[in-house]
Amino acid sequence: MTDVGYVIAGYGVILGGIVVYVALLLRRLRVAREALRRDADATPPDATPPDARR
Amino acid sequence: MKTRVVGSVALLAVIAAAIFGLFVVPADLNQGDAQRVMYVHVGSAWLGELSFGLAALAGLGYLWRRDLRFDALAHSAVEVGVLFTAFAIWGGMMWGKPVWGVFWQWEDPRLATTALLLALGVGYLLLRRLSDDPARRASRAAVVGLIAGLDIPIIHFSVVWWRGLHQGFTIGDPGKVLHPSAPLQFVAALLGMLAAFTLTWTWLMIRRYQLARLESQIEDDVRMSRINAARGAATTSTGPSTEPEPAR
Repeated sequence: MTDVGYVIAGYGVILGGIVVYVALLLRRLRVAREALRRDADATPPDATPPDARR
Repeated sequence: MKTRVVGSVALLAVIAAAIFGLFVVPADLNQGDAQRVMYVHVGSAWLGELSFGLAALAGLGYLWRRDLRFDALAHSAVEVGVLFTAFAIWGGMMWGKPVWGVFWQWEDPRLATTALLLALGVGYLLLRRLSDDPARRASRAAVVGLIAGLDIPIIHFSVVWWRGLHQGFTIGDPGKVLHPSAPLQFVAALLGMLAAFTLTWTWLMIRRYQLARLESQIEDDVRMSRINAARGAATTSTGPSTEPEPAR
């Protein structure tokens, strides 16, 4: 194989970058879901007036 | 469940397309193995432009309907678009150095306008951090998204309008991609990688949009709790007086 370094760098960064982004995205999703769940558990049912939400 | 199926199929498709492009398709007669980078480079460039096109349409949708779901879609598309535009530039550099002899040339209109798209995407994401007001933030971002969208046809036709290092259309030119002399394996590798990348993009967009909606909900919750805290403080300070009423 010729120019093997460029081929590995091209595929490695692009495919590896997608894998890293997927991992970070799933982590961000999990953190956001946990934060919402915590908020829902901590908020008493009548704390938010129903007309105040969009 | 359906999103998981899309994700699994996308993962398998990318693995299969990468194996096919790296080990099954023969090396190009003139460019050697460096040409194999083209499959991921073109796939990334296509998704970068698709993302910014979607962001521009979603921005228009927001300006028209003032619905924050359009803003969440545009935000998601720009983040994914920045990622794939950066990958397209990186892939182009890894293909360009062995074939052109240089990683980059600012005089090339395709390269310069793609770099501009990346800069606009990064600017869009930074701009969103300047305001806490969702409506104001969405309006400003929509305008930047539309400006970035204007760059897409310029990128696309830059190889026709101006001279540069970058080659002309391949997929857009049926005379090339469907030409009987074009080896079917090369065309299959390119179209296979495009399909696999597009599936991956679809999964990423679904998940990123879900995240944008969750973040918007969290932001609403934080705002409501601040309002409630402020109301509570106001009630305490101006609440019912504890002083005895004067005798009549």
